[in-house]
Amino acid sequence: MSELDLAGRVELLERMWLIRAFEEKVSELFARGQVVGLIHLGIGSEGSAVGVCSALRSDDYVFGNHRSHAHAIAKGADVDRLMAEIAGKASGYCKGKGGSMHIAAPEVGFVTATGVVGGNVALALGAALTSVTTQDNRVSVAFFGDGAGQSGSLHESLNLAALWKLPVVFVCENNGYAEFSPLSAHTVVERLTDYASVYSIPTVTVDGGDVMEVRRAAVSAVARARAGEGPMFIEVLTHRLRGHYEGDPAAYRELSEREEWTVRDPVARFRAELEGAGVAADTIAATEAAARSRIASAAESAVAAPGPDPEEATTDVYAV
Amino acid sequence: MAELSYRDAVSRGIAQEMRRDPNLVFLGEDVAAAGGVFKTTVGLLDEFGPIRVRDTPISEQAILGAAAGAAMTGVPVIAEIMFSDFLAVCFDLVANEIAKLRYMTDGQVSLPIVIRTANGAGSRFGAQHSQSVENWCMMIPGLKVVAPSTPEDVIGLMAASVRDPDPVVFFEHKSLMATKATIPDGEIVDELGKARTLRAGTDITIVALALMVPRAMAAADRLAEQGISAEVIDLRTLVPLDTRTILHSVERTGRLATVEENPRLCGWGAEIASLVAHEAFWNLDAPIVRITTPHIPLPAANNLEDATIPSVDKIVDTIVSEWA
Ligand SMILES: Cc1ncc(C[n+]2csc(CCOP(=O)(O)OP(=O)(O)O)c2C)c(N)n1
Repeated sequence: MSELDLAGRVELLERMWLIRAFEEKVSELFARGQVVGLIHLGIGSEGSAVGVCSALRSDDYVFGNHRSHAHAIAKGADVDRLMAEIAGKASGYCKGKGGSMHIAAPEVGFVTATGVVGGNVALALGAALTSVTTQDNRVSVAFFGDGAGQSGSLHESLNLAALWKLPVVFVCENNGYAEFSPLSAHTVVERLTDYASVYSIPTVTVDGGDVMEVRRAAVSAVARARAGEGPMFIEVLTHRLRGHYEGDPAAYRELSEREEWTVRDPVARFRAELEGAGVAADTIAATEAAARSRIASAAESAVAAPGPDPEEATTDVYAV
Repeated sequence: MAELSYRDAVSRGIAQEMRRDPNLVFLGEDVAAAGGVFKTTVGLLDEFGPIRVRDTPISEQAILGAAAGAAMTGVPVIAEIMFSDFLAVCFDLVANEIAKLRYMTDGQVSLPIVIRTANGAGSRFGAQHSQSVENWCMMIPGLKVVAPSTPEDVIGLMAASVRDPDPVVFFEHKSLMATKATIPDGEIVDELGKARTLRAGTDITIVALALMVPRAMAAADRLAEQGISAEVIDLRTLVPLDTRTILHSVERTGRLATVEENPRLCGWGAEIASLVAHEAFWNLDAPIVRITTPHIPLPAANNLEDATIPSVDKIVDTIVSEWA
C-alpha cells in the first residue's frame, strides 16, 4: 500500500486541492457573513490530513478536533453536506446542529469531531476497543494539536492504549501554536514524541509539508496497529497559514515564519514534485480547477439551501 | 466617569483587586500575553508582571488544582476557564475539591478563589462553546455563583467575589461583552447576594440573569404597551440568593415569571419557583411561568440558536398567553 504509482499520487494531489479549495471558500463565506461561528481552518496542513487518511481503509475510524474540515474531507466526506453543515443548513451532515467544530461523516469513518481540546483522543481508544472486541481489524486515528499535548485526557489515553495494545494511531499536528501562544509557552518538553515514548509507544516525527513522508509513516503505523502490535504516535510538523480562527489577524506570529511556511506549503510542494516526476502540466492544472469548481458548486448550494426547520432543534436529544 | 464596555470592565475589575492585594494571582489560557481570547484581560500582564499574571497550558485540571492549592496556603487566585463548557473538563476540582474542602476540614482551610468563565449563547458556537452552566455550580454546596449583566456590576461583583473568603464561580456572558455603560471613577465594590430591581411594576415580577436581563427589560417595555406593568429583577448572584427581594416583589405583583437561558430541567428558575410557591403561595394570583431554553444541547445554526434561546418576543408571548 505504501508505494503509490503516479496516478495514485495525482489522486492525493486532487484530495489536497479539494481541501485547500474548501477551506479558502469557507474563509471567503465567513468574510461575507454567509458562514458564522467559530471557524478554525486547516490551510497548510493538508499534507497531514491526506497523508494519514490515504493510509486508511474507508471503514477505519477517524476522530477529529476543532480544526477538522481537512480530516473529514481526507477521509472521504461529501463536500456538499460538509459545506452545508458549516453554513448551518438543513442539508448539512448534522442538519446544522453541529457546526464547524462538531462535524461528522460516519459513513466514511469520520466518526465525530469535538470542540473540547483533548476530548477526542479518548474516543479513538473506544473505537479501537470495538475493533478488538469484534475483531473487525479496523484502526482508529485521533488527530489533535500540540496544544492538546498538555491535556490530561491525552496522557490517560496514551497510557491505556499502550496497556491494552489498542489499534490506535495518535496523530499530533504540531503547528507550533495553540491559539495565540507558541508551544514553548506550554511545555519545556522539546519533542512531543517524548510524551508517547514514556508510555512505550513507538513514535515518528514527519514533515507535514511532504505528504508522501506523512503517508509512509501512517502506512507503517496502521499496519502495526492492524497486526495487533498496538498504538503508534506520529508527530506531524505542520503549520496553519491562517489565524487560530477566522477573524484572528495572527499578529503574534512572525511574518518571516509565515513566509517560510508558504514556501513549504504542502500543496504547492507536492504539485511541483509531481511536475518534476513527469505529470503533464495540464493534468496538474486540472486537479486544481476541478477542485475549485466542485467547491464553488458546494458553496453555491450551501448558501442557497434553506436553514433547518426550527422543529429540528429539539429532535435527537434522546433516541427514544 | 467613563464609558466602559463589559469586556473592559473585566480587566478593570481584576486590576482594581490586584492593586489592592499584592498577593492576588491570576491564571488562565492565553490571558497574559494575548490578553484573553475575549480580550477581557488586556493590560494585566504589563501592569502586574509575569509572577502574578500567568499563561497556562491547556490543562484545566492543573489550573484549578493550582488555584485551590495556592488559595489554601495563602495566595488568593483568580483562575480563568476560557469557556464555561470546559468546567466539565475539571469538574473534580470544582465539585469535589474547591467546593468541599472548607467543609471537610471543618473550616480549617479557606479557598479564596474566583473561577471566571465565559458563559452563554448567541455566537453560533454550537453545543460545546455556548452553554449556560450556572446551574451546574448552583447545585453544589460550597460554591457561590455570580453572573453580572452590566459593566458596573462586573467590576463591583468581581471585587465582592475576590474579597469573599469562599470560592466563587463568576460567569461573564459572551453576548454582553460589547455592551457599554458609563461607570464612575475610582474603586467600585458591590455585595454578593443582592438582587437589583431594575424596573418597578405592579402586575408581574420578572426575574432574570445575565443576557436575559436586557431581554426582560425590553419585554417589560412591550408588556407595558399591552397594559401589563412588569417589575424586573436582575438576580446578579444565584448563591447567595436574594430571596427577600424576590418575595417582596411577588407579594406585591402576585405573579412571577423567570427568564432563564439554561435548559429547562433543574434551571435556577425552578428553585425560585419552589421558593415562591412555598413562601408566597397565598400572594400568587396565577401559576408561575418559567421561560427557558428547551431541554436540549445547543444547536449551531443561526436560526436554530435564535429559536431556542429566550428572545424578547418569546418572553412577551409566553407571559401574554399565560395571562388569564
Ligand atoms: C478543554 C479546552 N480548553 C481550551 C479550549 C480553547 N481552545 C480551542 S483551540 C485551542 C488551541 C488548541 O491548540 P492545538 O491543540 O495545538 O490545536 P490547533 O488549534 O493549533 O490546531 C484552545 C486553547 C478548548 N476548546 N478546549
